[in-house]
Amino acid sequence: MSKFVKLKKGFNINLAGKAEEKIGEIQQPETFAVKPTDFQRITRPKLLVEEGASVKAGTPLFFDRLQENVMYTSPVSGEVVEIKRGEKRKLLEIKILADKKITHEQFTKFTVSEMSSLTKETATELLTKSGVWPNIVQRPFGSIADPTATPKAIFISAFDTNPLSPNYGILFKGQDQYFQAGIDVLKKFTPGVVHVNTNADAEVLPMFAHVKGAEVNKFSGPNPAGNVGVQIHHLDPINKGDLVWTVSPFGVIQIGKLFLEGIYDASKVIAVCGSEVSNPQYYSTYSGANVGRFIEGNLKSDHVRVISGNVLSGEAVGKDGFLGFFANQVTVIPEGDKEEFLGWILPTFNKLSFQRAFGLFANTKREFVLDTNTHGEQRSFVQSGNLEKVLPMDIYVTYLMKAILAEDYDDMEALGIYEVIEEDLALCEFVDVSKNDIQKILRQGLDLIQYS
Amino acid sequence: MKFLQDFFDKLKPFVEKGGKYEKYHTLYEGHRTIVFAPDLTTGKKGSQVKDAVDLKRMMFTVIIAMIPCLLFGMWNVGHQHFLATGADAELIDKILIGALKVVPIIIVSYAVGLGVEFVFCVIRQHPVSEGFLVTGLLIPLVMPATIPLWQVALATVFAVVIGKEAFGGTGMNILNVALVARAFLYFAYPTAISGEVWTYLGDAAPVAAYSGATPLAIAASTVGNPGATPVVDLLNDSWSAGIYDFWNMFLGIMPGSIGETSTLMCLIGAAILVLTGVGSWKIIVAVFAGAYSMGLIFNLVGLNEFMLMPAQYHWVIGGLAFGAVFMATDPVTASQTETGKWIYGFLIGLLTVLIRVFNPAYPEGIMLAILLMNVFAPLIDYYVVQANKKRRLQRATV
Repeated sequence: MSKFVKLKKGFNINLAGKAEEKIGEIQQPETFAVKPTDFQRITRPKLLVEEGASVKAGTPLFFDRLQENVMYTSPVSGEVVEIKRGEKRKLLEIKILADKKITHEQFTKFTVSEMSSLTKETATELLTKSGVWPNIVQRPFGSIADPTATPKAIFISAFDTNPLSPNYGILFKGQDQYFQAGIDVLKKFTPGVVHVNTNADAEVLPMFAHVKGAEVNKFSGPNPAGNVGVQIHHLDPINKGDLVWTVSPFGVIQIGKLFLEGIYDASKVIAVCGSEVSNPQYYSTYSGANVGRFIEGNLKSDHVRVISGNVLSGEAVGKDGFLGFFANQVTVIPEGDKEEFLGWILPTFNKLSFQRAFGLFANTKREFVLDTNTHGEQRSFVQSGNLEKVLPMDIYVTYLMKAILAEDYDDMEALGIYEVIEEDLALCEFVDVSKNDIQKILRQGLDLIQYS
Repeated sequence: MKFLQDFFDKLKPFVEKGGKYEKYHTLYEGHRTIVFAPDLTTGKKGSQVKDAVDLKRMMFTVIIAMIPCLLFGMWNVGHQHFLATGADAELIDKILIGALKVVPIIIVSYAVGLGVEFVFCVIRQHPVSEGFLVTGLLIPLVMPATIPLWQVALATVFAVVIGKEAFGGTGMNILNVALVARAFLYFAYPTAISGEVWTYLGDAAPVAAYSGATPLAIAASTVGNPGATPVVDLLNDSWSAGIYDFWNMFLGIMPGSIGETSTLMCLIGAAILVLTGVGSWKIIVAVFAGAYSMGLIFNLVGLNEFMLMPAQYHWVIGGLAFGAVFMATDPVTASQTETGKWIYGFLIGLLTVLIRVFNPAYPEGIMLAILLMNVFAPLIDYYVVQANKKRRLQRATV
């Protein structure tokens, strides 16, 4: 049964620099990178290539020793030019200098009719060896799905309510048949339902609205209504012992393309946006692209932060960094590393605040230029109830945080830690008066539960 | 503001790690962050932008909300002085007398309180927190104008050390710090904070028939006194015509602690707190509702004239409104869950009236009611959170 869920809690952050709805012409970036750090739980990656090796799109680069059959493959064809390591030789980036013309590893192709007789085993094998599998994220914990597990349901959020989120109509234009094929494959993995959750407050793309074999639900409300974690909470919540999978629409399309075309196609459309971008618009590129090309000569100022993903749960990658595996936007905002005379008290119409404390007179609906300043120092949790006001879930975030800090396993479980990953509490981190690193604390808690 | 920045930059080497005055680093940071909002930026991962509000601004909002009470209180101290001594006076005279009594108390409270905070910051190397910004003004507002300054100082030291720092500082305390100061005086120096201390007379002699009794004391005097006149009549027959009339008490033109006599000013403060989202309207409404309900129950029981006093009188006599708006809503010591806030506030109102009627020694009930509920707030939250856990468990299939 399809459901309609109306959410009241939340907060839309309206940032300046929305991408103009066109795909810009640009020379492809020269380098691309796969970052093991994009994936939760990769603890012991085993490299399969050396510097200088030539690869095709879909050639395995490494795997995690904990899940030996899941390959992480190259998004483009070219030469491995650098393997970057961090402290204790932690594998950070595998950089590939791309060919002018991308060639692909050829995998088995299926016709639409053949797909119906496809077995789960064949599908698993193809998905894991081609590099498409990491699109499937498992909850609890948000790690890459275990191919031997059976999820109780699969959830796909077909919209994004995060700041400056890209328009899915542009991102996935003309990919309808691949999305359908992806759903057909995913259905084989769960005895339960495949949920496709759409936005009740906007036009829904036909590929989502008319998808077959999945349940199409509607969600209405402010951010984080588009977060798959929030949707799961209202459709079929995760209890202790439960396992569900989530896949982004891009992931579903990539799965579909693998079966219909026989290739690992990492090409994607991304939005380059944010107040500091001169011409915010969309570009067509590949997963893991170097962001330099998109922002070169395209910035209004020099002192900026380049973020792979959105401003709430993204990662600062620097001007020469690489797009994250799951990201479909690059956001550029000003750095806020400057002191402000009496900044904590002067009345202003220019600062965005979910709260309405004295002097914050701005209309929260208009567009804002936000920088990276924390606007205050870290304190103990003082204000009560404001974290809960922006999370449309029956979870006492403050108590969950305190349980994690106290390393109280029973309380963490009882207070719902299995239901959330970082992105779900990102807005809580934004509004927190005491400036705590909520997402970081949550990951500490998830790690504690998972590994001890 | 470059010169200020330069000034702080010049000091920096001395207080940095390895500097001569390294241990005063937190003090330095504390002062610098008051002049300049810090240049801290968000981490590499996680939320890259943050809400413009911080604890300083939040606390400052509470101070703004208290200003109507403070200004009115200053005027009222002067007004009551001239009323009791029978002298004619202009508005400015009243304000001057009021300021003369009130400002020193505020200065002592802030100076002593911040002094203690700074000492603890240096000893324990924790950042200077904003909590005392509010406490520093709350303490004077709940004192009588006649309080000796050394007692204010002593009470402030006790409140900050025992009421807050002993628990780990702002955010960790169990009891409302300003109320700890008042409770300390109540138990240590009862004669200075109860009885007929509420009007500042100075050297002048009071007018004939003057009585410094507060409406609560008048109401309490009917308890254990069968055949007493109804409280409302007693109040109306007070030494100064109309002083304890319902609407006059609502406006707050009567003797009492400096800032807490006026229900109207408290309601203006409440409006500021609620509109800015800093104070919980649930707690405020619940306190008033609790007091009214208990008042009604007592009306039904009707064992004495105090019980028979119309329930709405409980809203305007004593410090109920001030306590409800500025003390009960303290986010650190109040219930933290939304359901809990209703229960917490309601019980404060209920207990306040209960204590008023049953405790002849100390007719003001709101202080003890809030302190008592401060202690129970975590228990209320515990059960609310427990209910959430139970919901979660019920839904589980394994």
